[in-house]
Amino acid sequence: MELKEKLLDSHLAFEQQSEVNDIIQNYRSNALRIFEKKGFPTKKNEEWKFTSLVSLINKNYALFPKTDSGIEFKHVEPFFLHDIDTYKVVFIDGIYSPFLSETTHDGLDVCLLSAALNKNKYKSIIDKYFNKIASKEESLTALNTAYAREGAYIYIPKNKVSEKPVEIIHFSTGEQNAIWLQPRNLIVVEQNAQVQIIERHQSLTHHDVVTNSVTEIYAHKDSLVDYYKIQNDLDSASLIDNTYINQEQNSHVSVHTFSFGGKLVRNNLNYFHKGQNILSTLKGLTILKGKQHVDHNTLVNHSMPNCDSHQDYKGIYSEQSKGVFNGKIYVNKIAQKTNAFQQSNNILIDDKATINSKPQLEIFADDVKCSHGCTIGQLDEDTLFYLRSRGIPRKEAKALLTYAFANNILQSVQINVLKKRINSQIAEKLGVNLGFNL
Amino acid sequence: MLTIENLHASVNGKKILKGVDLDVKAGEVHAIMGPNGSGKSTLSSVIAGNEVYEMTKGNILLNGEDINELDAEDRAHKGIFLSFQYPVEIPGVSVTNFIKTAINESRKAQGLDDMSASEMLKKIRQKAALLDIDTKFLSRSLNEGFSGGEKKRNEIFQMAMLEPKLSILDETDSGLDIDALKIVANGVNKLKNDQNAVVIITHYQRLLNYIAPDFVHVLHDGKIVKSGTKDLANELEAKGYDWIKQESN
Repeated sequence: MELKEKLLDSHLAFEQQSEVNDIIQNYRSNALRIFEKKGFPTKKNEEWKFTSLVSLINKNYALFPKTDSGIEFKHVEPFFLHDIDTYKVVFIDGIYSPFLSETTHDGLDVCLLSAALNKNKYKSIIDKYFNKIASKEESLTALNTAYAREGAYIYIPKNKVSEKPVEIIHFSTGEQNAIWLQPRNLIVVEQNAQVQIIERHQSLTHHDVVTNSVTEIYAHKDSLVDYYKIQNDLDSASLIDNTYINQEQNSHVSVHTFSFGGKLVRNNLNYFHKGQNILSTLKGLTILKGKQHVDHNTLVNHSMPNCDSHQDYKGIYSEQSKGVFNGKIYVNKIAQKTNAFQQSNNILIDDKATINSKPQLEIFADDVKCSHGCTIGQLDEDTLFYLRSRGIPRKEAKALLTYAFANNILQSVQINVLKKRINSQIAEKLGVNLGFNL
Repeated sequence: MLTIENLHASVNGKKILKGVDLDVKAGEVHAIMGPNGSGKSTLSSVIAGNEVYEMTKGNILLNGEDINELDAEDRAHKGIFLSFQYPVEIPGVSVTNFIKTAINESRKAQGLDDMSASEMLKKIRQKAALLDIDTKFLSRSLNEGFSGGEKKRNEIFQMAMLEPKLSILDETDSGLDIDALKIVANGVNKLKNDQNAVVIITHYQRLLNYIAPDFVHVLHDGKIVKSGTKDLANELEAKGYDWIKQESN
């Protein structure tokens, strides 16, 4: 059976397993209808021109994997930030692992979406936010909505600053042959509240794993959301990340995406402005090799005046890896004094590596500052010679320059242990140990 | 220390050096002068091992050892240092980290462990004091936004840290005002001893007012056409290069 048919046919069984109220059931069935109508996006779709899902959807996946995996903390310890205390919401094959998690209801909620969807005390929040900014039309988001039942639920009340970062980690074991996961996260940050979040998807098996994830983030007035996506998965794991961000007045939402691995990664990162004096920060660092493929598809919808957005994506592509950057900035005619900056800089290390970069600016206001730039280059031989003439061998010189290239993306990482960790991952990806931090 | 025999080199098939001979002994300062396009910078690049230039004939020996086939980094490990006419800017790498990496890579090549952080710091302080360099600049990105003078001082600072046997200063005086020139020259003089050697590549003799050369060579059309003492530099300053060109033609 084709994957699409299987996803449609399995829905009844899913609904029987996972009872929810009528509103959510309605969302699910409407979303399923959209997916049925649209199916998986193909290259004919302009938004998917450079990324084909064919290699992913021609397989037979378990949609409801078995839960008993026997994962112990020691097996997965390296994937956590252990030097600092964090809240943790951990899933194994899509199923919550109480044992690896550290949730809270003490002054803020860091817990499970499944609980929030079912318990009465969360009903007003769920009614207000769940599935409100996630696209109703995009087929993969709709597919996720149709199957939405589990993921992280984070609620930071007014004036609350979460003193610990939250780690959302999805492990997959693929005890069955290949699995298809659809986590769903809901994050609500109330007025003047702050939170830092780290999201990671990690496969522990060489079986195929595809994760089609949807995250909705609501940042209220004066709030601060600092979000990090760590994508350093095995070559058998793929991720389609759909993130929808709703920002209100004076809020700042920053998303750093570190894409260092995985078979195929597609990031759909969407910002919607609902107030003035908003700052949206989108930063990405992509380091790929082999046949890895990462596609960053961003949208910043400037619908209100006096807002800033800042996009800075850097990519380093070796061997036959492929990168795509498709950055869309939309400026509504009332969004005067918009300041939108977009930059995509790329280094191709090997001849067979490719990058497709496509800025899309649609500007309907006349008093705005919008800039975009894209560079694709190789490491400069004169610069390499300078380093080599100082005794730094070619390989290390290349690594040092690549490091330097990546540096400004790391500079804005606010969590020091995370910054250090990523720094050493960069060194590892580049195959050298320089023994210093930039 | 450095012996160059009948060196021929070309770039993109164009012959630039057409038989250069040079012998530099430890403790000596040599100046190589010449008009634009005579091959001065090519000579320094070829000695340092820049692969853009193809060595088509001849030999380069360092302390009797043939270094013709060595990569730039290996030549650096053996004690060759080139101060660039146009030092490259490397945003994101601090001067300190760059120097640390360079020193430790050289040590690695010699089978030594990394220099300890405290030792490195001590050395950095010592050399910065010697060259009268404000240590604040050490945490800046390498050459990024540096003035011409700062870039050249940074080159000399690297030279001080790496302690090369043979230093080649390629047009170190270009773009410097007189104060910056004095500071750079002063630094070179302080680093000079009877164990190392300096080759100064320059169009004008003004740097030679501050760093006294033992020998002056004139490069023209890819060959050394005249050698002499400091007096030759003065003569060139007074008369220009035309008489040399006529003489050699």
